[in-house]
Amino acid sequence: MSDYREKNKVVVQIGPQHPSLKEPGSFKITLDGEKVERAVIEIGYNHRGIEKACESRNYIQALYIIERVCGICSHAHTSCFCQAFEEIAGLEVPRRAHYIRGIVGELERLHSHLLWLGVASHEIGFDTLFMYTWRDRELVLDLLARIGGNRVNYGVNTYGGVRRDLEPELMQDILTVCDLLEEKLKYYADLALTETTLIARLRGIGTLLPEDVRKYSAVGPVARAAGIMDDVRITEPYGVFREIAVNGITDDHCDVYGRTLVRVKEMLEAIRLIRIMVKEIPDGPISVRPPRKLPVGESLSRVEAPRGEDIHYIRSNGGESPDRVRVRAPSEANWHGMSHMLEGFQLADVPIIIAAIDPCYSCTDRAIHLIGDGINQLTDWAQIRALSIEQYKARGIDPGSIKIREF
Amino acid sequence: MLLSIFKVLVFPGLLFLGTYSFLLEFIDRKVYARMQNRKGPPWYQPMADMLKLIGKKVIVPRNAQKFVFAALPTVSLAAVCAAFLCIPVFGSTAITAYSGDLVAVLYLLTIPTLCHFLAGYNSHEVYSTIGAFRTLTQMFAYEVPLFLAFLSPAILAGSWSISGIAAFYMAHPLYTLINIPAFLVSLLASQSKLERSPFDAPEAETEIVGGALVEYSGRYLAFFRATAITELTAMASVLAALFLPFFTGSVWLDFALYLVKTFSIVLVMVLLRATMARIRIDQTLKFFWSILTPIAMAQMILNLLLRGGLGL
Repeated sequence: MSDYREKNKVVVQIGPQHPSLKEPGSFKITLDGEKVERAVIEIGYNHRGIEKACESRNYIQALYIIERVCGICSHAHTSCFCQAFEEIAGLEVPRRAHYIRGIVGELERLHSHLLWLGVASHEIGFDTLFMYTWRDRELVLDLLARIGGNRVNYGVNTYGGVRRDLEPELMQDILTVCDLLEEKLKYYADLALTETTLIARLRGIGTLLPEDVRKYSAVGPVARAAGIMDDVRITEPYGVFREIAVNGITDDHCDVYGRTLVRVKEMLEAIRLIRIMVKEIPDGPISVRPPRKLPVGESLSRVEAPRGEDIHYIRSNGGESPDRVRVRAPSEANWHGMSHMLEGFQLADVPIIIAAIDPCYSCTDRAIHLIGDGINQLTDWAQIRALSIEQYKARGIDPGSIKIREF
Repeated sequence: MLLSIFKVLVFPGLLFLGTYSFLLEFIDRKVYARMQNRKGPPWYQPMADMLKLIGKKVIVPRNAQKFVFAALPTVSLAAVCAAFLCIPVFGSTAITAYSGDLVAVLYLLTIPTLCHFLAGYNSHEVYSTIGAFRTLTQMFAYEVPLFLAFLSPAILAGSWSISGIAAFYMAHPLYTLINIPAFLVSLLASQSKLERSPFDAPEAETEIVGGALVEYSGRYLAFFRATAITELTAMASVLAALFLPFFTGSVWLDFALYLVKTFSIVLVMVLLRATMARIRIDQTLKFFWSILTPIAMAQMILNLLLRGGLGL
């Protein structure tokens, strides 16, 4: 897009290299005084061709690439990809594997949200909170390193289950860390509710009202901060969440402050879930043997990543490698509303508003090539509903038969 | 003659100012780090940073006026040094004490802020220009409450010289309690003057990449850094002299007291810096004009009335 210049207007170029951005992305902010009049967002500096790379390798190799889609929520992506694979292959994943996936997933949510809290407080110049949260995040990372051997790419998931079992003493340590963290998180929640400068900086900025959330199809904490419950663990339970009920967390602030509260409360909820899963984990095998080739078919699977709904699509033509892989990382859905969130607020708010969606640039960047005009077709709500019930039945799941236990 | 030159250049003058500023910067950074659960730098880190900067290459932006660009750091450092000489450090009298030196100190301490603004404006770069205007905006926010708060004890003492004020409160130590609101106001205003969190919007690194000094490098930046740390020392010393005027009469004991006082003031400033988020420039303006300025004005009126009422 061309430069947007007018009389008496300043265009501030934030990025591709800027201290507040952790990954390259470009924001052209047109300022009227200190007020943002227009924001043009250009992403795409980090395109890695992940989907094509997966399509040119076999399934086992693709899994290791999928693990590296995101540097933070690696487990959510593999969970989603494995689910899609297992659905096409018709694999029955053992219950214990579901629980281990759940435990690692919630630990990952903890570490991702703690990271976000640190980054956000750094953006508003509150470095003390930044140091505290990143110190506490180390506890979770150490646990994850003990579970999977790595701090970020744990490699726990595999087709048909998980690769690593949880030993009893490790589970005991998980509970110990949960106790430690819960105490600290309650303190941060208290801080977020009472610290004046924090509230002054976060409240009322980056507003995205419920109708805007729908219009721009925002997901995750951004949607939930506007009171829209879109947690996949609740709306379309998968894995362990078909057995254990998740308490959905929403907020009605619709702004950055609401997103902060949602994330802090979600961390407390994650701790509650981990405790239940560790207590309820069944004995048994942790994986079943997956086939090398997939039958012809396609599958779309959804997982609640820390940043929101993660969607993976696999289409198989019966070979050793997928015919088409599509990854829709949660940040990709949240970028659309970004200009709307930025406009009308001050330059000083720009970094924290950008940070509030917890953007993951490299997960998002895709090269899309449109052929022709594309298909212009609208499907109404009733049709979508009928289609999805049909699809559930085709997958052998009766939506009415799922029994979720409350804890 | 030789003694006065020694006093100005070595102790308690400029060499002492430099050394003590390094020490205070170390305290500032170390305590800040410990409050954040970090280890913090070793004691020589401020000096090492300064030496490193002095040795680095200087790059002057093509659009900047070269002379102004180079002169501003020196001018601002010189202004702070001149101000420091009017503040009592060793004993209760400053090296150069004259009637009205409080006003001179206030104006000399404004020069670094103006230099910051000019430096940013002269760099002709978008971030530095925004930083420069924020610096100036912030100056309009804190200047009035700061001046009012600094002049309040002077009005009660009936002297416009810092050493004279110190002498007055030495005679009437209980009167210092009256100035407590002014002390709190001036602590916050100094925090803002020194552009420290929560009032560091002019140099917010995550928003405008460091503000007015973006284009500065090498020894020029070193001089600006030196200005910043000596300004901290000077502000702490003024605050100690005006609001904590407790003296024993023995110069060495007074000097020890001075160290304790400035240490405590810096510690309070670190605490402020560590426990708050950066507030926006409009919030800074609102805070200073709607909360601190009325308090400072009330203090001033109170002191005027008391001066008449107490028959001083």
